[in-house]
Parts: sequence; C-alpha cells; structure tokens
Amino acid sequence: MSLHELLIAPFAEFDFMRRALVGCVVLALSCAPVGVLLVLRRMSLMGDALSHAVLPGAAVGYLIGGFALPWLAGGGIVAALLVAVLAGVAGRYTVLNEDASFAGFYLMALALGVVLISRWGSQVDLIHLLFGSVLAIDDAALYVVAAVATVSIAWLALCYRGVVLECVDPNFLAAAGRGGSPYHLGLIVLTVLNLVAGFQAMGTLMAIGLMMLPATVARLWADTLPGLMGVAWLVGLVSTVGGLLVSYHAGLPSGPAIVLVASLFYLLSLTLAPHGWRGQRGPQSDAR
Amino acid sequence: MITLDHVCVKYRQRLAVAEVCGTFATGRSTAIVGPNGAGKTTLLKAMAGLLPLASGQIHAPERVAYLPQRTELDRQFPMTVAELALSGSWRRSGAWRRLDRAEQERATHALAHMGLAELANRPIGTLSGGQLQRARFARLMVQDAPVLLLDEPLNNLDPASRDLLLKQLTDWQMEGRTVIAVMHDLDLVSRHFDETLLLSGTVQAWGTTPAVLAAARAEIGFTGHSLWVNPLAEEAGS
Repeated sequence: MSLHELLIAPFAEFDFMRRALVGCVVLALSCAPVGVLLVLRRMSLMGDALSHAVLPGAAVGYLIGGFALPWLAGGGIVAALLVAVLAGVAGRYTVLNEDASFAGFYLMALALGVVLISRWGSQVDLIHLLFGSVLAIDDAALYVVAAVATVSIAWLALCYRGVVLECVDPNFLAAAGRGGSPYHLGLIVLTVLNLVAGFQAMGTLMAIGLMMLPATVARLWADTLPGLMGVAWLVGLVSTVGGLLVSYHAGLPSGPAIVLVASLFYLLSLTLAPHGWRGQRGPQSDAR
Repeated sequence: MITLDHVCVKYRQRLAVAEVCGTFATGRSTAIVGPNGAGKTTLLKAMAGLLPLASGQIHAPERVAYLPQRTELDRQFPMTVAELALSGSWRRSGAWRRLDRAEQERATHALAHMGLAELANRPIGTLSGGQLQRARFARLMVQDAPVLLLDEPLNNLDPASRDLLLKQLTDWQMEGRTVIAVMHDLDLVSRHFDETLLLSGTVQAWGTTPAVLAAARAEIGFTGHSLWVNPLAEEAGS
C-alpha cells in the first residue's frame, strides 16, 4: 500500500471521510481547552460521568426521532445537565461529596440508556450510540460541531481570566466580590455541549476521550496554560486524523480508534515527557 | 468596621457557630482563637460572604479581602507568582477589563515588598511554603481592601517569612485597615494583636488581648476546666 493510499486516498475518495475529518478536527480544537481546564480543575472523572449521562437522553431522542440530530443532541443535553444538577444537589445536601454523587447518577443514567436502546432499538443502534460512526456525520452534525466549537472558544476567550482564577483558588474569587460559580457552571455546560457535539463520531462512551486524553498528555509536557492548550490541540488533531485512518483501514468504529491513537500518545508521554516517569522535575516534586 | 448581630452559621448541616454578637473596630487587629472545630474558619468564611448565615446579620464593608488557608490554593496550577499577585486586581479589572500599567506596577511593588521580585516569573508550584504565603500576601496588597480576613496566615512558616508577614500585618493596621486573623500561636497573638475573640462554637470571651488571655488562663487555673471546650460539639455528642 502506497503512502497516498494510506493517508490521502480515504479522504480524497470518500465524501463521508472528508466530513468526518472536518468534524473531528473542529471537535478536537474545541475539546482541547475544555479538557485542559477539566484536568486542571480535577474534574476529569466528572467529565467522564457527564459523557455517560448523555446516553439515556440520546436514547429517548433516538426512540422518538431516530438518528435525527436535533432529537439526539437535545435529549443528550437535557439528560447530562439533569444529571449534573441532581449530582450537585446530592453533593450539597447530603454527606456524599460531588464525586460520589456523580458516580451514582451516571451509572444509573448509563444503565437506563442501555436498557432503553436494548428494549426498543437494536444491537447495531446501541453500538452506534455508544461508540460512534463516521457515517453518522452528516451536514447537520457538522453544523452542530461548528456551532459548539464557536461557542466554546468564544466563551473561553471572554471568560478566560475568571475561569483560570476559579480553577486555581475558587474561594478567593468568590470572596473577591463577583462569585466563581458562573464560571464553574459555564465549564460544565461547555463540557456537556462538546460531549453532545462529539457523540455522532465518537459515541457517548468515547466522546470524553477526545477531551481528556489530549489534555492529560499536555499536562505531562507543558508548564504554562497556553502551552498546555497548544499541546492538547496538537495531540487532539493528530489523534483524530490518525484515528479516522485506522478506523477506515481496519474497519473499526471511529470513536475507539481515535481514543486508541490518543492513548498511544498518553503511554509514550508517560515514559518520555518531562513531567512523566523519566522527568521527575514537575511542579509536584519541586513544590516539596 | 464589621458588626456581627446574633450570627449563627451551619457547616455541613450542623450548627458550627452560634449567637456571635460584637464589633471589629476599624483599624484594629483581632485574633480569632479557639480549639479545632471551634468554628473559626466557618465564622471567617461567613464574614467573607462564602457561607450563608443560618440566622443573624453581618454588617461589613463591600470591599473585604479574604485569605483562605494555604491548602485551598491549587499549587499545581500552571500560574506564575506575578500572575498570582496580579489576580488581586480582580475586583477592579473583572473578567474583561485590560490590566493597565498601574495594576502591573502595583503587583510589581507588592512582590518586591514581599521579597519576591526575583521569583516573579516562577510557577507557584515551585515556591516553598513561606514564599507562597508571601506571594499570597502580595495579592492581598494588590487587592487594597480596608478589611482583611486571614485564615491561619502564619502557620508553618520559616522565621524570616513569619517576621515579614507580621510586619505587614502591623503596616496594614497603621494604614487604618481592619485585620482579623484566625490564629493558633497565643504567644504571637499576645504580642501582635489588639483584641482577641475566643471562640468555641459560641463566644467565650471577646475584648483586649491581655484581658481575654488572662481570663482564659485564670479560668483554667481556678477550675481546671478548659475554655477550649466547644459547647456545640458537646450538645451534638450528647
């Protein structure tokens, strides 16, 4: 197989691959900064929980409107935000911390989504929703991805200073007079929007991978916030392009293929990056 | 001036502070002391507006600077010392306003005053405990608030940093600012604070530092019964 056949032909020959490429590249650009902030805010597991929480809403949307995007996306957004609110309320008014309450609700949501699709849909539908399909990225899906990416990057640009302060010292920001919770809430909403935008190509289970893995890799390489976002963007871009090619050539679902390529970067970075096992010169060791 | 009027505050569904009444006079320094679990941090957070009151009222100026305990700051976050100090301008600059030259100079001056000019571009994660606390004091200087609420500002510091920060507390007081700090070291309290609030769920004593500490010692000496007993905790336990 020539290099052209390996890297260029899939995108040159097939319209659906070109759409998937554009969608995934834009998604990677949008997810990277959100993922970096989630990692720095120690909300990685919450992002994972939200990605699972999308499923029952998407399932209900699918049962009503099939694979029509407005139904899938609308259902997913409502379900994930509902889980976020319920977990937040449980964390605030019971002895459970937010982490534990999220775990409880996302497991419930995931099980409910699988039951709904298994009972009234088919195995193929379930696999499609959980792990994504490049064939599902139609024009409407591209518009959603583009809109979410625009909103994400615009919001981050406008609220950058507040979001950073909310991450590093939330009580300082709250006491300084204008409250930190709008930024925390905004980050949760952006996470949900990006997960929903990504689940056509990535699937509800894998969409979080494009957010968290590039950000985690970046944490091992970069020392500054702009550096972290730059590395995360780069890893996200290469992972999506590489993952789509793997998916095409090996006949695999696109979501797991993209996540596996990103995982490869993660494993390499763990051993090679300055803040990985080799380095031992990260802030953690210096701070002591 | 901050006035507390029958203030009650809950922490995790339990009453942590009850019926606190009194006034922190303008330009005076007050140490809040008491045993662990006495509600000192809870009261300070309530005064900073971070915790809702279960009942009562707090009358405080709008501009209050709050220094949380050091553990509440995420030291792993990729932020430089200069950026941390500059974040003290948040109230004036907000989310969008450009950080002008005056703000930059204020932060530079504060860092120099705290002996951190050379470390301005270092990540906060690389600072020692004392250096970090000095950087957080530099942020308080940039905030320029008339009332300062400090939670354990001098705990676990090297002597040089502690002396520098103590001097800064005195300077703030000389400038007419009100300083309220949660403290554990009674020796430092007796030497550096005008007034002391002895808190143990409820107010055990509140007045000039010599009087409060003398009363506390006398109580322990005569009755053998320590004032460091929290009646709210005993109530909850019985």
